[in-house]
Amino acid sequence: MDLFFTLGKAFLVGGIFCAVGQILIDKTKLTPARILVGYVVMGVLLSALGLYQPIADFAGAGATVPLTGFGHLLATGVQKAVAEKGLLGALTGGLTAAAAGITAAMIFGLLVALIFNPGDKF
Amino acid sequence: MSQKAAPNSKLWRNMLVAFLIGGLICTIGQGIMSWMQSLGLSREDGGAVTSISLIFLSALLTGLNCYDNIAKHAGAGTLVPITGFANAMVSPALEFKREGFILGVGAKMFSIAGPVILYGSAASVVYGLILAIFG
Repeated sequence: MDLFFTLGKAFLVGGIFCAVGQILIDKTKLTPARILVGYVVMGVLLSALGLYQPIADFAGAGATVPLTGFGHLLATGVQKAVAEKGLLGALTGGLTAAAAGITAAMIFGLLVALIFNPGDKF
Repeated sequence: MSQKAAPNSKLWRNMLVAFLIGGLICTIGQGIMSWMQSLGLSREDGGAVTSISLIFLSALLTGLNCYDNIAKHAGAGTLVPITGFANAMVSPALEFKREGFILGVGAKMFSIAGPVILYGSAASVVYGLILAIFG
């Protein structure tokens, strides 16, 4: 039953993040690139203001899987790095925390480009 | 009257689809997350494994020409989750393969991811500077 609620909260909050994105697409004509940039920067900003952590505590993957969660990851990484290393941490914290995701996307992207061809039909 | 209502009902429909598909992707993520935590992984490591798994699935579905077909209907539901970020890297990488592996795959992979990484990092550096100076 616990798992049911955990999954339900992730579904609800993650769905809301996406529905808001849909309003931006339909109402503002923002390009996907601008929306993704906006979500990441908004995630950093909300985390810096201490507003995102409570959402992440409540919704788990519902808050960390949308791209605002990527911003949250950058912000929490920088918090930790500055606490450990001071000023240097401001430069190292963000990408260090995000390294797994970014590297995974690069490597899987390269593998897909090696294996598949554009327009392959399956 | 009906003509006036049409764009709004289209927005509601698009929002519902985005909500359902995006929510589903996050639920799959939470399933992986809960599984990893039950195996004893920390929240941090579990989150990383969750992201990597979703990125892998997205890259595979993009290669199989599936993700972009779903995205046509799901709008923000497939754009906003981390799978959309992965798709934004893998899809152009594959599409521009014919332009070679340096300026095709290598460069086009970052046409959307580049700005996302740049401005996300820039925001985190500003935040880090504020923390380091005033914190």
